[in-house]
This record gives sequence, C-alpha cells and structure tokens, in this order.
Amino acid sequence: MSNMTDTFRTGDPALVAKRYRAERRFRSYGAIALGLTALFLAFLIADIVVKGWPSFFEHRAILTVPLDPARIDAASPQNGDFQAIVKDAFRDQFPGVTSRGDRKKLNALLSIGAADGLRDRVVANPSLIGSALTVPVLLSDDADLYLKGHGADRISDQEALWLEALKDRGFIEKGIAWRFFTSGDSREAELSGLQAALVGSLLTIAVTLLLSLPLGVAAAIYLEEFAAKNRFTDFIEVNINNLAAVPSIIFGLLGLAVFLNFFGLPRSAPLVGGLVLALLVLPTIIIASRAAFKAVPPSVKEAALGVGASHQQAVFHHMLPLAVPGILTSTILGVARALGETAPLLMIGMVAFIVDVPGSFTDAATALPVQIYLWSDLPEIAFQSRTAAAIIVLMTVLFALNGVAIYLRKRFERRW
Amino acid sequence: MNDMTQTIVTPARPRIMAERPVKIVAKNVTVYYGDKPAIKSLTIDIPDCAVSSFIGPSGCGKSTFLRAINRMNDTIPISRMTGQILIDGKNIHDRDLDVVQLRARVGMVFQKPNPFPKSIFENVAYGPRIHGLARNKTDLEEIVTASLKRAGLFEEVKDRLSHSGVSLSGGQQQRLCIARAIAVNPEVILMDEPCSALDPIATARIEELIDELRRNFCIVIVTHSMQQAARVSQLTAFFHLGHLVEFGDTDEVFTAPQEKRTQDYITGRFG
Amino acid sequence: MPDHIVRAYDDELADLKTMLAQMGGLAEQQLDGAIDALIRRDTALADRVIAADVKIDALERQLEEKAILTIAKRQPMALDLREIMVAIRVSSDLERIGDLAKNTAKRTHAISDALPRKLITGLTRMGRLAQEELKNILDAYAQADAEKALAVWRSDEELDALYNSIFRELLTYMMEDPRNIGLCTHLLFGAKNMERIGDHATNIAENVYYLVHGKTIAEERPKKDQTSVMHIESRKGA
Repeated sequence: MSNMTDTFRTGDPALVAKRYRAERRFRSYGAIALGLTALFLAFLIADIVVKGWPSFFEHRAILTVPLDPARIDAASPQNGDFQAIVKDAFRDQFPGVTSRGDRKKLNALLSIGAADGLRDRVVANPSLIGSALTVPVLLSDDADLYLKGHGADRISDQEALWLEALKDRGFIEKGIAWRFFTSGDSREAELSGLQAALVGSLLTIAVTLLLSLPLGVAAAIYLEEFAAKNRFTDFIEVNINNLAAVPSIIFGLLGLAVFLNFFGLPRSAPLVGGLVLALLVLPTIIIASRAAFKAVPPSVKEAALGVGASHQQAVFHHMLPLAVPGILTSTILGVARALGETAPLLMIGMVAFIVDVPGSFTDAATALPVQIYLWSDLPEIAFQSRTAAAIIVLMTVLFALNGVAIYLRKRFERRW
Repeated sequence: MNDMTQTIVTPARPRIMAERPVKIVAKNVTVYYGDKPAIKSLTIDIPDCAVSSFIGPSGCGKSTFLRAINRMNDTIPISRMTGQILIDGKNIHDRDLDVVQLRARVGMVFQKPNPFPKSIFENVAYGPRIHGLARNKTDLEEIVTASLKRAGLFEEVKDRLSHSGVSLSGGQQQRLCIARAIAVNPEVILMDEPCSALDPIATARIEELIDELRRNFCIVIVTHSMQQAARVSQLTAFFHLGHLVEFGDTDEVFTAPQEKRTQDYITGRFG
Repeated sequence: MPDHIVRAYDDELADLKTMLAQMGGLAEQQLDGAIDALIRRDTALADRVIAADVKIDALERQLEEKAILTIAKRQPMALDLREIMVAIRVSSDLERIGDLAKNTAKRTHAISDALPRKLITGLTRMGRLAQEELKNILDAYAQADAEKALAVWRSDEELDALYNSIFRELLTYMMEDPRNIGLCTHLLFGAKNMERIGDHATNIAENVYYLVHGKTIAEERPKKDQTSVMHIESRKGA
C-alpha cells in the first residue's frame, strides 16, 4: 500500500518547492506593487482633500444691519450703498476703533462682496427698507483663512484680536460655501466659484459628445462591416490608430489653425472647444466601437442573414444592439478623458478670465481643467486651497462618469 | 486506391426521384476557397418534399455545398463558385435575383443553435416583419404562433413569449431556430448538422419534426451521424474529398451501397 | 476489405465466424456419425452422436446472443449488417441439421435386423450426397463464394431425386412384407432427414448469395421432391 502512495506523489520535491517559492515571490511582488500604489494614491488624495476641503466652507459675520431709507432709495434699491451700510454695522461692533488706519484694517476684514447678499434681498423685497435685518456677511479671504487656522501670518495681531472678539460674541458662523458652485471666477478668492467653468465644460462636452458619438460609431460600422478590405482601408485603419496616440496639444494647434484662423469661429467658445475635443476623442471611439463589433459572435450575423436580412439590416438590427455596451463604455471613458484635457483648450484660447456664465455655444467660456490651471498660478494661499477644491470637484465628476459607464455596461451586457 | 482524379459517378436514378419534382439542380459546381477547391464538379438533382442527406468525412465539402445553395458563401471574401445552381429552374446567381430574397426562400438552420438575443416572439417575428409578410400586428402574432406550433415549441413557450430566446434549453433553442426559419415561408430548408449539439431526446424531437416538415418542404440535411441520415432521409449523398461519390435511395445506400468508398465509410472502415 | 477503425468490431465479427465454423464442423461430424451408425447399426456410435448434439445447441445460443449484442453496440450497416443477419440464420440452419442428424442416429436403436443390401447402398449414397452438399456449402460460406453457393443450391435436385427413389423402394418393401414395415418406417424417416438436411443446405446457400450480392436469388429453386404428391397404389390381397 505504501508503494502506491509513493508513486502517486508528483515529481521531484525540490522542483515543487522551487515552483512554490517562485509563485510566492511573484505574488508578493504584485502585492507590494499594489501596496505602494495604494500608498501613493492615498497620499495624493489626502494631500488634495486636506488642501481643498476647507474651500467648501466659508466664515461669515452675523450683523444686524439697519436699512436706513435715507441711504437706500426705495425707487432704485440696487443703487443703495450697501457696502457702506455693512461696513458701518461692522464697525459698530468695535466702538473703540477710531483711527483711520485701524478703521481701514477693520474694513479689510470684510470681503468686498460682503453686501451682495443683502443687496439681493432688498432689491427683491424693497419693503424691507426701514427695518433692521440680521444677515450673514462674507469675511475676506485672509480673515477666513485665519479662522480656519491657517493664515496666522497674513493678518496682524490686532485684526486677530478683533476676529477672536467677534467669535466670542458668537457672531461668526461657519457654513457651506455654496457660492463655490454658484459664482463665476473672481479676483477675490472668497468670491470665486466654479459655475462658469462647470457650465463651460458642460457645453463643451455636449458638443464633443454630439459630434463624436454618431460619427465615431458610424465610421466604425462602415469600416468594420461595409468598406472593402483593401490597402486603402488598411491605410485608414493605421492612421486612426496613430491618431489615438497623438498628443492632445496637437489637436489644440489644429483647432487654432483651422477653426479659429481659417473658419473664423469665435475664440474661446465651447463650440470650438467641443470640436477640438471631438477630434481628440473620435479615434478612441472608432477603435473601441470596432472592437465591440468584432466581439459580436459571427453566429448572430449568420443567423440574421440566414433569415433573409440584408447586410445592413443584420448590422443595425442585430449587431449594433449587442455592441452597445462596448460602445457606451468607450464613449463615456472618452468623454471622461476629454473632460480632463487642458492643453488643447489652452491653445484655442479658453484661458481667459471668465466671470460670467456662458449663455450659448458661441460665448466665451472656460473649462474646469483650465480653471484649475488658472487658479494654480495665483499666489494667494486661498486660491491654492480653491485649486485643490476644484480638483476634488473634477475628480468626483470623473469618478461619477466612470461609475455610470460601469453601471450601463453591466445593465446592457447581454449573454448570447 | 488513391485516385483523386476519379470524378463523380452517375448512379442509377434513385427510385424516389420518379415520384417527386426536382427542386434544386447543381450543374458542374466547383466552389473555391482561395485557390483550393472545396467542391469539385458537382452535379446533383435534389427533389422537393423529401429529405436529402449529405454524409461524408470532415472536410469533404458537404457543408460548403450546403452554404452555396443559399449563397451564404458570398459572405466569405475568398470564396468563389463556378458552375450553376438552379432552384425551380432559375439560376440563383442571376443578376436580377436578390440574394436577400433568396435567403428568405431558402432557410438555414445552423449547427450550434443561434437564436437572436431578443424575445422568443421577436425571434420568430423578425423575418416576417422585414419581408413584409404580415399586414398588421394580428397577422404577425398568427404567423408566430403557427410557426412555433409547427416547430413543436408552442406549448412549451406560449406563456413566456417575451422571455429571451437564449434562456431556453439547447433543444428548445434549436426548435426556435427552426420556427424562425419556417416563419418566412421558405421552400427549402437547409440544415447543417442541426442535432450535433443536442442530447438524444432533443435530437429525437427534431428528427420527428423533420419527418413532419418534409411533407411540405425540400429539406437538405448535413449530418455526421449515419444512423440519423438513415433514419431521417429518403435520399443520401456521400461526399469524399470534394467529390460526390454516391447518391441514391437511403435504404439502398445503407444496406447495399454501390460504391466501395461508400461502403467503407458507412461501415466505419475508413482509414 | 480494410479493417474497421474500431478493432473490437472486427474481433466481434471474427468471433461470430469462428463460432459458425465450429458449428459447421460439428454438424459435419454429426452427420457422418449418424449415417455410419445407422448403416452399421452401431448403437455406441449413435449414442455418442445423440450426446454431442447439445454442443451445437449451445453454440447456436451463444452465437445469437453475441450477434444481438453486436447489433446493439455497433449499429451495423450494409455488408456488416448482412453478415450478422446471415450468421444468425445460418446458425439456425446448422442447429436444425444437427437435430436431424441426432434424430437419424436415434433410429439406430430401433433397427434390430440387418438392412437389405439394396437399401444400404441407397441410404449410403443419400448420406454421402447430403454430406457433400453440407461440406460444399460450408466451404462456400467460409469463402463467401456466391457461385459455389448457387451450385450447391441447384445440386439439391439430385438429393431430391434420390430420396424419391428410396421412398418408392421402401414402399415396395413395406408392401411386400408387412414385417418390414417397422424397419422401413425408420429408414424412411432417416432418408427424410437426409433430404431435409439438403434443404437446409440450400437455405444456407440462399443466405450466402444474399450476403455477397445484397439481393435474394431471383429464380425458383428446382424442387424434385414429389413424395408429397406421390400416388400410392395399394396392392390388393398380398
């Protein structure tokens, strides 16, 4: 009996041990690589989040502001000097401040847009004139930074004392900075927001999608199913593959030369940005759509042909629905990539300082990655924090898009 | 014995040919894949309302010829054909003959069941719809029901017509493919090893179905199982290396074939 | 004929052939022994022949079983199918031949007196003819020779004619002397057995022809046995 078990053992034990060691080594390499990657990723994310998270919050001073009818004309409330009213109300908190220099410093603690909220409320409801409102007013970026615990060296001790005094009295509130999403860019950090960039990105991507998806899928269908297989179509295929690898800035140059200079389209418009990004994304979509078509089993096409469908009917009624998951996934990934492209948009001029939200495809606009680039250039620490916050927003959008891609792929995946 | 140049034999006309009209005629058909001929100088008459089976070892050209009858070889770029194939006397390569219409008249069932990944109803309704065989929704439903009944599948799926066609078992899928083929009212049904992927019971059901269908259709079946060919067909053609070696009444081919090569093949003596 | 791809199939068919060859040899032996025993009135030999019949019966059962199994397993076609069907039928014929030989040997016990010389000659001749037919047909079967089989098929005529004459002779003997009736009846049965053996040989011949050609013989076999319609005159007052 023992004889049987001896002969049943497989092979030379030394070889087996060597094999086990090699496998364990390989697995440990993989695990270490994954671990390092995770570490770096965590480090990166932590860095960005720590820097950017504060930008989603702002500090406001709660002030009781008397709306003196003498200072605000009921007939034209928007012209009222709200900023002065607010400043006075603020100064009333510190009756001891009298010197001019001190007063200036005190005023500097308020944002220059501090009265905006108040103005909007009064303009909307002029009957408020004459009463006293308790409103939150925005503090300046340095004050905000100090209260967040970072900017101790940006303000003097005196200003710090004033802020502490306000805090002790309970007149400082910390809230979510919705204006980060509802305002356009601004020279003042505390007033700047992403709205213009978001809308600009949205419009640009809309143009990209509208152009690249139908064209890409149609081109893929034609090249894969209908075009004759000869040297010419091989040549086209090689070129499409090459285009997918071309650096994105080249497309920007192309956009500059053709769309802006030759066709005279408006500079910095989402239309042009969308066109350029569409060109960028098109090769990827074509290649991925072709692959999706190739992956459809030939038995489906044969079955359709066997029942008497024409080639076109077989392709559109049967192969296309089965290729949709692959096409969708590749499209969304292409769009996600386009969303993050900066260089080509810079070339076509979307680098301007845009305050207003673009209203149409031909208005000057900026895009999210470009906004990040612009803010990253500015020296104020508050802007650095906002750059990180904008990166968080961009990455969230990208993750969301990828999540949508995965969901759609799972939903539409059919087993044949 | 290694005489590759020996061409076709012209055996005595099978008995059954006297009772049935001729449906498909092949005259000197040679099918090339690139430079290699897969079928060489094939001449054969296939009758209507009967089952003709093609047997032979792998690579002998039987599937190639089958696919030539409904011009499925057209989808293969390197394939070309010389000679003529006539259905009801009309050359299927005529310029004024629409190949799409041909494929509606000549249906095909494949080796591996391949229902569309759509609902059962859609599977059967697709063909009639694109060929305009139904005037309205009621007509279409009637056609689908009739086809499924004919294929012996209706009772099993009548409560789940909206379920996906690929959710059925292998045998049911193949019957669905047959229902799909007959829904467009073909005249000829070509079957390429229809039971090779099925278990014996599903196979028996399909053979029963073929027995019923042959009263109204011209059926040509390619099969690897000699027993199946013997059971199901009235005429049998034996192919070897691209040539038609023998074509005769099934009863005779399997009890007393005329050609030695046929005998060697069907008794399992092929080297 | 090349071998089957599956060697076991060839082995099975070879087994059938072997069993048939054994049966044929035994049948020949039995026939030889039965004729000898009857003519020389050798009861010991007769008993040996009677005992040996079980061997043929056993072989027939074995062969049938094997043949059925082969059909179930191999689903034989064409030549193979004919071979197996023919083997079953031939084994049945050979078994009957064995039975007929045993029956003839049995009669040895019933014959007490010496046989008249004329009868000895006639019977011997019949026996040898039957033996020859059997040998020839077994050869034809072993060689799958349809022509030889046809020859045997036709030659049965002779045996029939011989039987006719022996029949008449025996009748004459019986009519001459009623004391001969016992002996002659047994001899008659013995002769009838020989004739039946010849008929079975022609059955085998028909099967051999079918095996080779796949069709049955078209002609009618010439039958010369008229004993069933022979008119027997009764001699009045003898």
